[in-house]
Amino acid sequence: MKLLREAYYIVLGFLEMLGASGLFLLRMLRYTPTALRRPGLIFQQVFNIGAMSLVLIMVSGLFVGMVLGLQGYNTLSKYASTAALGTLVALSLLRELGPVITALLYAGRAGTALTSEIGLMRATEQLAGMEMMAVDPVRRIVVPRFLAGVISMPLLVGIFNAVGMLGGYLVGVKLMHVDQGSFWAQIHTHVDLYEDFRSGVIKSVVFGAAATLIAVFEGFYAQPTAEGVSRATTRTVVNSALAVLALDYLLTAFMF
Amino acid sequence: MKQTRTIEIVTGFFIILGFAALYVIATSATNIQSYGRARGYSVTATFTNVGGLKVRAPVTMAGVEVGRVTDIHLDPKSFSALVTLQIDGNYSQIPDDSTASILTAGLLGEQYVGLDPGGSDSFLKNGSTIQYTQSALVLEKLIGQFFSKATAPGGK
Repeated sequence: MKLLREAYYIVLGFLEMLGASGLFLLRMLRYTPTALRRPGLIFQQVFNIGAMSLVLIMVSGLFVGMVLGLQGYNTLSKYASTAALGTLVALSLLRELGPVITALLYAGRAGTALTSEIGLMRATEQLAGMEMMAVDPVRRIVVPRFLAGVISMPLLVGIFNAVGMLGGYLVGVKLMHVDQGSFWAQIHTHVDLYEDFRSGVIKSVVFGAAATLIAVFEGFYAQPTAEGVSRATTRTVVNSALAVLALDYLLTAFMF
Repeated sequence: MKQTRTIEIVTGFFIILGFAALYVIATSATNIQSYGRARGYSVTATFTNVGGLKVRAPVTMAGVEVGRVTDIHLDPKSFSALVTLQIDGNYSQIPDDSTASILTAGLLGEQYVGLDPGGSDSFLKNGSTIQYTQSALVLEKLIGQFFSKATAPGGK
């Protein structure tokens, strides 16, 4: 009986969080046109969110691509079809690994920073101060960060994919001596511009919106204490990871 | 002031790099070339069996790619497959009695349409039909024929 009641409260809490973040998203979308009129605020956040994640994304992409090249080569060489290595690396990156790993890294690198920043603003009553000056903190603080996240994610994924393919190329062609011509020719014939590339970009935009929404939502509604902010930061990482993986399944099922 | 300039430069660099990466992937790591062939002309060919032929499979002549398969559907009257081929505008002088056959690249590779030139003086043009076609080789049927021949009383 007690277990049942606990499960009931967990489900209720989940629904409440989903509904609240949905409403928060609507509130942000309503302010989007006004926020777009001040692009300076957005680009400042693109720096914080996107440009500062650049090194992390590039290094991770390189290693992911290199591992794909190595693992793919070992498996494909059993079937004497190492010429397909390029296709394997490109499709894995464009369709799944690029958007998903970038989103997970993004949640850890940029999402946590957003949550703790906004949460600390709440805890030090800066948000309340803004409200006193008749400045809506959602419009001034939250929306530029959200838009910056949505802009930055596809760019980060693009960089991750490009560097990852370079990593796969280095391992496959330079280290394992897969033929360079067939490496690229196979990519050209088998990677579809719409089905693979465009759906990867769609995924990255959706993941960017989801991860940033969770980060600013948790920060904005964090309990204004040191403990509350730390809890909100933890929740950002956990919820973003779960949301990204669940959305990934849904989008994959719809698009491919 | 100096610090904001650095921030702006790094942000601009990030944005350029991101778009450049997307552009490079889209142009050099996908089949974007096969979409740019809007010009040219399309011809149809009827096959009794297309096997595993897919839309956007290449159309080749003497091994050189001259076009793409743009549509495959079943003709509801004759129950044969109607295949539309988009041929590049550069190759406008293909004899209209050429043969279209469905071939396979390698033993288990992808299927494509091969054109063998005929000897006619008139050429294929937009909307014309290729008369002579050769269907795909279906391995199961071939093996079936082989076995029925081998087990038939008169056969060896």
